[in-house]
Amino acid sequence: MALDQTGKTRDFKVVGTRPNRPDGIDKVTGRARFGADIVAPGMLTGRILRSPHAHARILRIDASKAEALPGVKAVVTRADFGDVPDHVADIMDNCMAGAKALYDGHAVAAVAANSAAVARKALRLIEVEYEVLPSVTDVDAAMRPGASVLHEGRQQETVPGGMSGNVISRVEFGHGDIEAGLKRADRVVTRIYRTAATHQGYIEPHACLATMGPDGQADLWVCTQGHYMVRNTCAAILGMEQGQLRVTASEIGGGFGGKTTVFLEPVALMLSRKAGRPVKMVMSRTEVLRATGPTASTSIDVKIGMRKDGKITAAFAELRYQGGAYPGSPVDMGSMSAFAPYDLENVKTVGWDVVTNRPKAAAYRAPGAPMAAFAVESAIDELAKGFGLDPLEVRLMNGADKGTRASYGPTYPAIGLKATLEAARAHPHWKAPLGENQGRGVACGFWFNFGGDTCVSLNVTPDGTVNVSEGNPDIGGSRASMTMMAAEELGIPYDQVRTIIADTGSLGQNEVTDGSRVTFAVGLATIEAARAAKREMCRRAAMVWGIDEDAVEWEDGAARPAGPNAGKFPPMTLKEIAAIASNSGGPIAGHHEVNAEGAGVSFATHMVDVEVDPDTGATRILRYTVFQDAGKAVHPSYVEGQFQGGAVQGIGWALNEEYIYDKDGILQNPGFLDYRIPVASDLPMIDTVILEIPNPGHPYGVRGVGETSIVPPLAAIANAVSAAAGVRMVQLPMSPPRILAAMQGRGRA
Amino acid sequence: MVRVRLWGSLAEGAEGQREVEIEAGNLRELLDGLGERFPALRAELERGVSVSIDGRVYNDSWFTPIGPESEVVLLRRLKGG
Repeated sequence: MALDQTGKTRDFKVVGTRPNRPDGIDKVTGRARFGADIVAPGMLTGRILRSPHAHARILRIDASKAEALPGVKAVVTRADFGDVPDHVADIMDNCMAGAKALYDGHAVAAVAANSAAVARKALRLIEVEYEVLPSVTDVDAAMRPGASVLHEGRQQETVPGGMSGNVISRVEFGHGDIEAGLKRADRVVTRIYRTAATHQGYIEPHACLATMGPDGQADLWVCTQGHYMVRNTCAAILGMEQGQLRVTASEIGGGFGGKTTVFLEPVALMLSRKAGRPVKMVMSRTEVLRATGPTASTSIDVKIGMRKDGKITAAFAELRYQGGAYPGSPVDMGSMSAFAPYDLENVKTVGWDVVTNRPKAAAYRAPGAPMAAFAVESAIDELAKGFGLDPLEVRLMNGADKGTRASYGPTYPAIGLKATLEAARAHPHWKAPLGENQGRGVACGFWFNFGGDTCVSLNVTPDGTVNVSEGNPDIGGSRASMTMMAAEELGIPYDQVRTIIADTGSLGQNEVTDGSRVTFAVGLATIEAARAAKREMCRRAAMVWGIDEDAVEWEDGAARPAGPNAGKFPPMTLKEIAAIASNSGGPIAGHHEVNAEGAGVSFATHMVDVEVDPDTGATRILRYTVFQDAGKAVHPSYVEGQFQGGAVQGIGWALNEEYIYDKDGILQNPGFLDYRIPVASDLPMIDTVILEIPNPGHPYGVRGVGETSIVPPLAAIANAVSAAAGVRMVQLPMSPPRILAAMQGRGRA
Repeated sequence: MVRVRLWGSLAEGAEGQREVEIEAGNLRELLDGLGERFPALRAELERGVSVSIDGRVYNDSWFTPIGPESEVVLLRRLKGG
């Protein structure tokens, strides 16, 4: 049951079931076409030359030898792009360095050649003269006066005078009086927490195929989370009209936020424009790690005061996030979300956005929130345990609820945090016995979710089956979800609907697949498109029956006379109406275009058991349970998959993953052998508990679920490891050497 | 009049006020009114904000109506992954 827009509850017939995924056969047989799986006649291979320096002025680029190499059809440097509009200037500079190379792996030139071998040889023939500059990769070091400054004149008016030019902006949120609250506390915990930069770790590297004709019309096939974003960004960079660039999204082998911007795409288009041939570009794994966006690394001060009964009297955090070489780290999101799960009288966060000589941070699943939650939830755990209190009860005592003024400002409507905590408390996992060297941790997490521009077109075929076109790459099961919501609304079986991802020429603007927005926003548009089609089908039935269209209603997949005065006519099914579409006015369709607002916030509680080897410091995850509010789970298997995936990425972030730079700012581990993400053999089955507190902003009550699940794991695992190791861990990753050192030093983690 | 709550660093651009009253009937009028009354806020407004109205977050829907009793909170522009 969920709220409808009328406020009525409804029984679902399709939504909430677990049908087979429509892309399943293609993906398990290898028939699905990903970014690198397409070719074009006359296609060239594009390759990028990257900076070997973390920070260097580019004095000269001489590509004449490369251009003279047989088989080379085009060479591109920044000079080819000329001036670009301000809103894409940083994106342009990240795709191809201008005056300076700002990180190890920054693109400085590109070639297109007849073969990959020729392209690689051509790269070696490009001469680049650098003036190497001092570099900085650590957030705290970058903030110090005297640190090498990446950009002059980028500091915003929110930053006090006298700070390093690497400090770009400051944000501050909260209410109440921190000092007064701290005075009422029986204990105050003050800690500094640190997290490493981690990569989204999508399995499919970035890839695209660009074709630009002499008439200026272009086509781009690309692996992305948002092909409309790709179109708009590339058109701005290349000085094209958006309507002349058609972008088609390939299947996508993971994104997690990392494919919400462009890297190769403008370069491939420029190479194609110069060469007059299609150009395909595919990143290697090393390039993905060196030059695409990981998340920010952070340094966070937390001070929380608590009474001995568990009531938090004041909570403060100062968050420093380095977002790589350009402004825009997610410190604002971290500052807003840090204390969002709690009902606090006195709360304040201050956030600093800092640039360093690292690749520009891209979004990564609930960007900014997991690091903040790691710090805050660790401190709350330490306080609760210090008083001998149950950490779940402490969170329930302080938890936000309907009517709570959130730490970032608004007053919450009905929310599901306490439902997740109560479900955790009632779960057998919470009372299960632990063995030697084992520990249990819990933590809460929050994410905003949002909507945005969305278009859906729904077409009824002559035989009465239905096609739905949406404009968001299917990254987490959206084709299944849209199919289910269309079938639900139309009252027809799931297998009578097929959903496709349309190219940019086929629908209006669609926001990127991010912000956990798709099931909410595209689902809303799909339902409204189905309702529009139903209205039209009712009108056609009314014509056949010779009654007023207002006297016809839609129920169980058929038009029916409504009320005693409408006349007695047998229902007309969707197939029957579709069969006479041409006779009754033409093809039948429904569509809906909206800037979807009203996404509901989401909360989760995670519980994890670990075992720490006292001899090696290695951690094994023994048991893991996710409790999360989904609003309404459209396809519960996909929802569970999102919960599990977030937990697993969090496990990697907590235990293993980190970007390691040497003193010169050169990345030391750009490969999956040395940058280790969790694999199946590292993990137990991740258990899930879906809570359904309907979002009143969606016809079926749907909330986004894709991001919240990565917010609690870092803290939950840190709390479990701290319990098992007998020492508070305050730095991620909790790699074996770091845990071992902490255990041997007891307290110097 | 609409009462608008501002986050800390934004309040600095509004002469230190954490809550201000603006004559506005919808989102566009609210943002225009804020920029006109507090020029120091314009840079932040131009970089983009989200607005919570009675607990629902809006980004760009100019003509979203705002009632005189509505709770209105300016937020940093929401980003997602």
